[in-house]
Amino acid sequence: MSTATVSHPRLQSRLGGWAARLGRLTWPVRICAVLLVLVGLGAVFAPWLEPYDPTDGDLSNTLVAMSGAHWLGTDAGGHDTFSQLLAGGRTSLLGPLGVVLFSTVFGALVGLFSAWRGGWVDALIGRVLDVMFAFPSLLLAILAVALFGKGLGAPVVAMAIAYMPYTARLVRSLTAQEKTRPYIAAYRVQGHSPAFIALRRLLPAVGPTILAQSTVNFGYALLDLAALSFLGLGVQPPTPDWGAMINQSQAAVLEGQPLSAVLPAVLVVVVVVAVTVIGEHFGDRLAGREAKA
Amino acid sequence: MNTLLDIKGLTVAMAGLGRPILDEVSLAVHDGEAVALVGESGSGKSVTARTALGLFPGGATVSGSVVVGGTEVVAAGPGDLRRVRTSVASMIFQDPRAGVNPVRRIGDFLTEPLRRIQGRSKAEATAQALELLGAVGMPDPPRHLRQFPHELSGGMLQRVMIAYALTADPRLLLCDEPTTALDVTTQAEIMAILGRLRRDRGLGILLITHDLDLAASVCDRVYVMYAGRIMEAAPSAALTSVPRHPYTRGLLGSAPPLTGPMPRLAPIPGAPLGLAEAVSGCPFAARCAHVVPGLCDATTPTLERHGDSQVACLRAAELIDETQGEGLR
Amino acid sequence: MSTPLLDVTGLCKTYGTNVAVSDLSFTLPAGGSLGLVGESGSGKTTTARMLIGLERPDRGQILVKGEPLAAASRLARAKAVQIVFQDPYLSLDPRLTIRAALDDVLRLHRHPDRAARVTELLDQVGLGAREAAAKPRGLSGGQRQRAAIARALAVEPDVLVLDEAVSALDVSIQAQVLNVLADIRRETGIGIVFVSHDLAVVRYLCDEALVLHRGVVVERGAIEALLTDPQDPYTRLLISSVPHAGWSPEEISEQRRALQQRS
Repeated sequence: MSTATVSHPRLQSRLGGWAARLGRLTWPVRICAVLLVLVGLGAVFAPWLEPYDPTDGDLSNTLVAMSGAHWLGTDAGGHDTFSQLLAGGRTSLLGPLGVVLFSTVFGALVGLFSAWRGGWVDALIGRVLDVMFAFPSLLLAILAVALFGKGLGAPVVAMAIAYMPYTARLVRSLTAQEKTRPYIAAYRVQGHSPAFIALRRLLPAVGPTILAQSTVNFGYALLDLAALSFLGLGVQPPTPDWGAMINQSQAAVLEGQPLSAVLPAVLVVVVVVAVTVIGEHFGDRLAGREAKA
Repeated sequence: MNTLLDIKGLTVAMAGLGRPILDEVSLAVHDGEAVALVGESGSGKSVTARTALGLFPGGATVSGSVVVGGTEVVAAGPGDLRRVRTSVASMIFQDPRAGVNPVRRIGDFLTEPLRRIQGRSKAEATAQALELLGAVGMPDPPRHLRQFPHELSGGMLQRVMIAYALTADPRLLLCDEPTTALDVTTQAEIMAILGRLRRDRGLGILLITHDLDLAASVCDRVYVMYAGRIMEAAPSAALTSVPRHPYTRGLLGSAPPLTGPMPRLAPIPGAPLGLAEAVSGCPFAARCAHVVPGLCDATTPTLERHGDSQVACLRAAELIDETQGEGLR
Repeated sequence: MSTPLLDVTGLCKTYGTNVAVSDLSFTLPAGGSLGLVGESGSGKTTTARMLIGLERPDRGQILVKGEPLAAASRLARAKAVQIVFQDPYLSLDPRLTIRAALDDVLRLHRHPDRAARVTELLDQVGLGAREAAAKPRGLSGGQRQRAAIARALAVEPDVLVLDEAVSALDVSIQAQVLNVLADIRRETGIGIVFVSHDLAVVRYLCDEALVLHRGVVVERGAIEALLTDPQDPYTRLLISSVPHAGWSPEEISEQRRALQQRS
């Protein structure tokens, strides 16, 4: 490894930079980061980690309490709760990830274009975004389910469209503000093309703020999709999902074995809180940097 | 003569900085006197002015004494500070627009301190606001009372700020770069108003500015500050005709003249000393053409009298002999 | 004489009902240096922005070496006119090092030997390797303004517009930057349009000057003649507003009020 580090001074300095950045984090942020990494790893490596097939209900072992065989017990259908939590993390995290990726990319492009063109184009896009704001994201998702059927796909696309205006509006206002700075005028005077200035210079300037916002959006999207699954409109059993788990375990709660309902709920809360804390942390840091510059 | 502002040996330091923000600053303003404090950014001139209102940088350790109208404000209680701020000293700033609430009328802005702090009735306060607007040369006081800040130009708004400062009926007016954000022809107007107030009301004025020519042309005495220290203090005429400190000379040589021969400018090399940089000896040594290694970077010069001026330079005496008869500007 | 470097005729710009610039004409000979002097609202900054193509004139024409600027391509326009803005804290990209910013311009204009040109530019404005490797945040105001000048000079423009380029700097730094500009003028023969409110600074750098008042040229001529024998009352007011020994602000205020009442 030593040869590798010597031959990559840039990589080395980058790693050093990350280490230094980690050292500057406050304890709540560190704890949240560790929790997220754990949940993420669990979801990614679920197939290798789960002791039982999460879709396979063992009807002879329903509503088992915590035990050596079933660490976190089983639900009313005899599914192993631990295995379901791991596997459910995949769909539960993938959904919001899709929402955030789509809404961020499209929102950023729309916002950037709107602010850069200005004038009537900007005004028109602004009005369209206002109309889109009027639709609650959850309602739009339910509408999509009604039209295109249950599952992960339709709600994710619908929610991505509903979230897009938030990113677009943020990018629009950031870009409009940044655009008035003389350094952007200087780029124009130097003869750079509008596309170069917008994509290569303006976008990176506002990028970190967009990222902070998207992180917070991830939390909201996770909550919305979990709610949808809880209502039975999202991911369908037997595909494991945290929201669906809570829904399926209503009977278990009544039977005095609430673990299979409580644990997915706890995970949803933990992930949402962790993501929000980290997003806010980066947002604050950016605000601080802005104030210093 | 009554001393309005008497700063003695004031040192303001903060942990984590290379040098003190203010280092052994001594300065006085007497009744009806106009005094200028000149320096570049980071010299500590604004910090010095603010101490006269008992405003010290947060977390700073302060030693020395600041007496305003007979009251010591270093470590003063809230009552003393309040009395100083509401009856002895007032301040105006560089950007008049930053100091007003944009959605309130000029009249409300001016009468509020009169009613709430000075305890005037509504009618009295309005009458006094009209009088103050007249005193600062506003053409139509009754109309201005009903106007909003955005309806006034920068110069007009700066007059309103002066009127506001006068609501406390102060004896000392601290002016922090009051014309830097204004046009050159407006600058003269503001200076004329300040001059008149000084004459009519016996107001003492401390003018903070980066413009040595402005300072010398409207003030009786000038203090030149650099890196938190007073480098030279002299009557205006003496300062411009016989500048004694190399820094003062450098400043005068940095501004191109409007008339007469136009030689190539002889700028001071380098940049003003930042707060993070540590100093040993004379803070100006690193940029000084007359520096003597071993002397200037070892001993910190203190203000000493040479002729009419006080100069903080270890080589002041020899340099004055050197330049005698050379006809500096 | 052959075609002037810069030939501006009948420039007009109106914002709503507010006339910013009205019928402005001037020429700049090769190697010439012209001051546009005025206060806020004089139209001097609007003129500067029209010269660099950031504002479109309502009427009038700008010719650089006889070619209309409006018809020029993006890159050709950049090589015709460049600008240095007032505030060095906002005019540089905070995320690029000075070297990267200079390289950026040269790459756009396909300069054959970028590294050598960057070194040459840095040398021209008196910046060293440490400053080149720094981002604007790590530099003082004077150093940033030198970097902005280097960036403007990178593509060797015919005309350099300086929009209050030294007003935001400390007095001692202002003198350094003025000398840098004077040297560049002498060495490169670049045409300079110097927009400023400061007559003394204009005198230091310019041969000729235009005095603008509310969008109109009130006086023009060689700077020395303008300063020693001003014809227009507004020019006289501007000159007497500069503080000097024996200065009387009261007199100037009266002069100003008389001028305002007349117009």
